[in-house]
Amino acid sequence: MAAASAAVVLVAGCGGGGPQSGGDQKLTGDKIVLGVLNDQSGAYSELSGKNSVKAVELAIADFKAKYGDKAITKNITVETADHQNKPDVANAKAAEMYDRKGVDIILDVPTSSAALKVADVAKEKKKLYFNIGAATTDLTGKSCNKYTFHYAYDTYMLANGTGKTTTEQVGKNWYILYPNYAFGQDMEKSFSAAIAQAGGKVVGKDGAPFPNTTGDYSSFLLKASTLNPKPQVLGTMQAGAELVNVVKQYNEFKLREKGIGLAVGLMFITDIHSLTPAALAGTTYTDAWYWNFDQQNREFADRFQKETGTRPSFAHAANYSAAMQYLEAVQAAGTDDADTVVKGLEGKEVNDVFLRNGKIRAEDHRVIHDAYLAQVKPQAEVTEPWDYVKVLKTIPAAEAFRAPSADCKM
Amino acid sequence: MTGFLQNTFNGLVSGAFYALLALGLAVIFGMLRVVNFAHGAFYMLGAFGAYVLLTEAGVPFWAALVIMPLGLGLLGMALERAIIHRLTRLDPLYNFLLTFGLTLILQDLVKSRYGVQSSPYATPSALSGSVDFGLFDFPTYRVFILGFTVLLCVAVWWVLSRTRIGMVVRAATERPELTPAFGIDVGRWVTPVFGFGIGLAGLAGVLAAPMRAVNPLMGADLIIVVFAVVVIGGLGSIFGSVAAGFGIGLVQAWGEAYLSDFPIVSQTIVFIVMAVVLLWRPAGLFGREEAPA
Repeated sequence: MAAASAAVVLVAGCGGGGPQSGGDQKLTGDKIVLGVLNDQSGAYSELSGKNSVKAVELAIADFKAKYGDKAITKNITVETADHQNKPDVANAKAAEMYDRKGVDIILDVPTSSAALKVADVAKEKKKLYFNIGAATTDLTGKSCNKYTFHYAYDTYMLANGTGKTTTEQVGKNWYILYPNYAFGQDMEKSFSAAIAQAGGKVVGKDGAPFPNTTGDYSSFLLKASTLNPKPQVLGTMQAGAELVNVVKQYNEFKLREKGIGLAVGLMFITDIHSLTPAALAGTTYTDAWYWNFDQQNREFADRFQKETGTRPSFAHAANYSAAMQYLEAVQAAGTDDADTVVKGLEGKEVNDVFLRNGKIRAEDHRVIHDAYLAQVKPQAEVTEPWDYVKVLKTIPAAEAFRAPSADCKM
Repeated sequence: MTGFLQNTFNGLVSGAFYALLALGLAVIFGMLRVVNFAHGAFYMLGAFGAYVLLTEAGVPFWAALVIMPLGLGLLGMALERAIIHRLTRLDPLYNFLLTFGLTLILQDLVKSRYGVQSSPYATPSALSGSVDFGLFDFPTYRVFILGFTVLLCVAVWWVLSRTRIGMVVRAATERPELTPAFGIDVGRWVTPVFGFGIGLAGLAGVLAAPMRAVNPLMGADLIIVVFAVVVIGGLGSIFGSVAAGFGIGLVQAWGEAYLSDFPIVSQTIVFIVMAVVLLWRPAGLFGREEAPA
């Protein structure tokens, strides 16, 4: 009897402590926990990694500053884990975050194969998941589900911008070189479709070993220059260090001087930094966000640099935005109940530092927003560190992403 | 025909790197019976050292080509004295694990200081053009690598076959149990030979910096192929490692060029060759069958 009455007192005490005392608890554990699951030691740890965690912390600070005492809670924490780009590790860590660490939403998750695993976990646990770092369109295609949102970019967006514009402006004949695994194959398909649609032709394509342990691409580059008809564009779908190898050797074999331009499928600001703008001058690619695009971006980039010592990649800005939009959604819903928050997010139109003309599509949970066709500046035009590209054109949100796929059944 | 010649040339350039690395592994294994797993890490340090020398001290490529192999060779000798020689009496597995651990430490030290993104390193301006061979032209830098490596291999061959040090190394490699019986003090040559092997890895790293992505994992990716090369050539066989190095470079380049419709074959061709060689000659192409103890 004594124990029962003590429990009643305890429950009443908890309810009374919150701003709105009522029967139901509005926040599980009376707090919000954001989980950042990404690569913290490998190939993608520069473009996402620990700095994504910093970006999420910035968002939490801004949210608290914005709402002050009206915030749904001041108890907002971050949990983080390294998935090492391995699908099985991602799977285990995601389950641990949702079940044991009390995480309300998982953010980031680069590497397509790992990203798809986490989508399955989110579906099973009925908890939210905003993917930022991965490119596969399957997240909003056959693997889509009620709790998964694809936030920053995808292979369609990259191919549509770069493939179409390069075909129109540089040349119609392409040679495509891609890393032979899920991401590369998806990129090759998306690019081939975009090139054909723009009236171009893929005259040759090769899947290079992945991972390419030798670091050598010369046989592919030589093949490109001997093909008949001769390609006018080399489209490389390699990423990170492999992209660095391809571009170094592209320059070594002087393919640009031989009339073969370069188009890069996926490039982050950190890649341009590694290669130096001189090695990539004139290369066009599609960017989801650029830190020096306008004053608003620049202010964010300055704050980010103060925290991290480096300029943000688009993935960092997207992590900030995603964390902010989730907190806003919880604030508006008055609860962290996943189904209620999803209802509030679906169809919502958003404008913030990352999302311009953004809209969270209800049909497939693709977050659409303006994308940018960017070109690497010649070395002479680089006036400050990290300011490596100029934005040629803004691709409006409605054109940047594909229409909802028929494969997606929520 | 032009395409074939170009691919052949390329294969030889890739092979030059395998040969330099495999040669170092072979002399180290021959003298110390140590399978040096850290070889890839020293290759990485060579490339990173060149980058750091250039960006922090303005030291050009040519100076780095001398400084890094010497510096890393000395570091290698210090490591051999400090730790590796303590384990050589034990099962070879101990040194294998030790050098593997060393690799992880070196990689993570570089990673914690410079991150995982690749560091920029430009081709030295004197070598940035291309050479016209009539039928085709080829990047000057690659021609340089090939010429330099061939010269180096010839020099090593000369030292091994014409000098007293070379005689000791060959004797110790080929008849490790018999050499000391002739009153030859093998021990005093162990440390310099280890340093020499490491120096070669560092040299390969400097040579790779202008044409490969310079990052902490560059050696870890390459070393697996180099181990395959050493096994194909015959573990401990000095000539075998060089020949297999160039040979595998060629096989790989031809495979990528002419078997690109069968990516599964072209991606695994090194290991297919290794399996076939081991079935046919278990000691490798130029290796000596171990006599039963």
